[in-house]
Amino acid sequence: MKTGFLERNLNVIFPLPAVLFVVLMMVFPVGYTLFLSFTNWSLTSGMPLAFVGFQSYLRVFQEPRFLDAIGRTFAFTGMAMALETIIGVTVAIVLNREFRGKGLIKLLLLLPLVATPVAVGIVFNLFYDPTIGLANWALVQAGLPKLEWVSNSATVLPSLVLVDTWQWTPMIVLITLAGLASLPADPYESARVDGANAAQILWRITLPMLLPTILTAMILRLIDALKTFDIIFAMTSGGPGYSSETLNILGFRYSFEYFRMGQASVILVSLFIIVLASSLGIMKARARVEG
Amino acid sequence: MKKLILAALVALLAFGAVAQAKEIRVLLANHPYGDLLKAAIPQFEQQTGIKVNVEQYQEGQLSTKLATEFATGSSTVDVFMTRPLQDGKMFYKNGWYKALTNYDFSDFPKNALQPVTFGTKIYTVPILTEWEVLYYRVDLLKAAGIAVPKTLAELETAAAKLNKDGIAGIASRGKGNPGVTQFASYLYNYGGTFLDKGKAVFNSKDAIEAFRYYGKLLGNYGPAGVTAMSWDNIMPLFQAGKIAMWTDAGTFYGQIIDPSKSQVPKEDVGIANFPAGPKASSPYIVVSWGVAISNKTKHLDAAQQFLDWATSSDMQKKGLAQLAIAVARNSPWQDKATLAQVPQGLIDTRNVAAKTGIPYDRPYMSAVGEARDYVGEVIVEAINTKGSSSNLQKLADQKVSQVNDLLMDTGEYGVP
Repeated sequence: MKTGFLERNLNVIFPLPAVLFVVLMMVFPVGYTLFLSFTNWSLTSGMPLAFVGFQSYLRVFQEPRFLDAIGRTFAFTGMAMALETIIGVTVAIVLNREFRGKGLIKLLLLLPLVATPVAVGIVFNLFYDPTIGLANWALVQAGLPKLEWVSNSATVLPSLVLVDTWQWTPMIVLITLAGLASLPADPYESARVDGANAAQILWRITLPMLLPTILTAMILRLIDALKTFDIIFAMTSGGPGYSSETLNILGFRYSFEYFRMGQASVILVSLFIIVLASSLGIMKARARVEG
Repeated sequence: MKKLILAALVALLAFGAVAQAKEIRVLLANHPYGDLLKAAIPQFEQQTGIKVNVEQYQEGQLSTKLATEFATGSSTVDVFMTRPLQDGKMFYKNGWYKALTNYDFSDFPKNALQPVTFGTKIYTVPILTEWEVLYYRVDLLKAAGIAVPKTLAELETAAAKLNKDGIAGIASRGKGNPGVTQFASYLYNYGGTFLDKGKAVFNSKDAIEAFRYYGKLLGNYGPAGVTAMSWDNIMPLFQAGKIAMWTDAGTFYGQIIDPSKSQVPKEDVGIANFPAGPKASSPYIVVSWGVAISNKTKHLDAAQQFLDWATSSDMQKKGLAQLAIAVARNSPWQDKATLAQVPQGLIDTRNVAAKTGIPYDRPYMSAVGEARDYVGEVIVEAINTKGSSSNLQKLADQKVSQVNDLLMDTGEYGVP
């Protein structure tokens, strides 16, 4: 029996739109960035782009600002992930029972997640303002010394981490709550029969069983935190000086403020590799936990 | 019948082509002058029949947008606002500006045309100028028994006296990159400069003294967190009455005496000439904005018409009279009816700056964005150490060599 062209090639045709989308929207930009990273394209020189091999890589890798930015990217990500995971899991465990107003609290938790990062940045900038901001007013009321928050190179990174934590902890809470809901009841029952107390149940049963969920949430946050751009750009654009300049911010400045497209691509390729490697690391850890 | 339909079709197509030719894309800045143009565009459309598709961007985004569009070679921009000192060299080098050979520039001051001229041709019509001034709180100075500072030495003494009760004695931009332009007048008045004959020289003895002075002034008497502040952080503080004196561009005068925006009464806000330094009294006076035509425009006639209209003497008079923004043409400043509506302080400070001012407020080069970051590093170091850094000369030497590298990269080293 003769079948039509469509029927014979369904296995190719159905995924085709998705494949085309991925190629156009993901493979091409990444590939083009990779290509540019081997050129010396710079708009300020007024010269056409030329292929220069690894020259742009060498130049960027010797740049102290680049190395500082890598350190800062990891510092920001590490602090943010630690805070968000600890607070997020704690809040989820506290919320994991029936009480009046639980729905409302869950709804309130969602609000930071849906807020626009640039708007969040502007509001927090007002909040952090050393002279007229609410944060210092609160410190003074509590009898504590004033801080310069994002205006001081010593405090800028932790201050930004706090904003990130405010915005993204709820995501960890929601994922962990979902994980808690799916835990089997049997281990708890037998533990109670054996006379385990609440702390033992938490440490010996809940957390170990929850670990894969927590690691999944951490992977999602890790990828996002390494690439954070909007909050930092809206609040400090990398300052004071370069003290909150992460890789993504540095990449932006190299491309759209210095117009050194070739070297900016090197920075972005580096960030891409870092994000990929870090995610693979945690995924491996997760596989080990589950395995 | 068929022929008739065909003729109608051809006519329709031709009309469509004409209609298309009468449509231009214009990119404006988020600036009072951009708003002025945008509001008046419907009249322009009515008078000329040209449809104007207008987009407005914040200044940094505008440069980025234009550069990326032009670099890809697929831009449909016809006319755009541009910052000659920031974009000029790079845009010219890449061939993105159209030479303006059909424009009458006789109404413009010579020094305003200097940065927009390359070779023998002019590429941008200057529309706005900016010069540095000293804003001050009349009431606070009076209460402290201080006269308006005329020199930088007096400025420091006044700042020290006024710095009390939660009010900062003085503010100026401390954020590295944006701070460079306002530091410029301090640098010039100390006898220093950014570039000389195509080489970076902001590590000279005079320049270091200027850095130290700026750092001492802002580090001791500036608002908390000043190294993170540009004008947009300082203005709300001034409007909230938290700053006694402020050096920045005269452009902001209209906004800080606007009772709907400021808690400080209009009569308590003074404007004065930028204080003289030990070596000179030469604040910057620059062309901050201009209008240019894209070299790739397919609608040159319409673009030219828009340019003529947007930069006309009438439009400039409107800007000066209604918004107190310092326009570049001479004629509005000679027109009595216009001047009657302009705050006297703005007129006086312009007259002084126009006589003795320097037409650059930053290192004028293609890689200016990056060079500003390097100069900014020295400014931030000076402020953080209140001017006392033992590392300042070394840092400035290092940054000078980095700026020289940039000049070499772009083939501008040693070219005056």
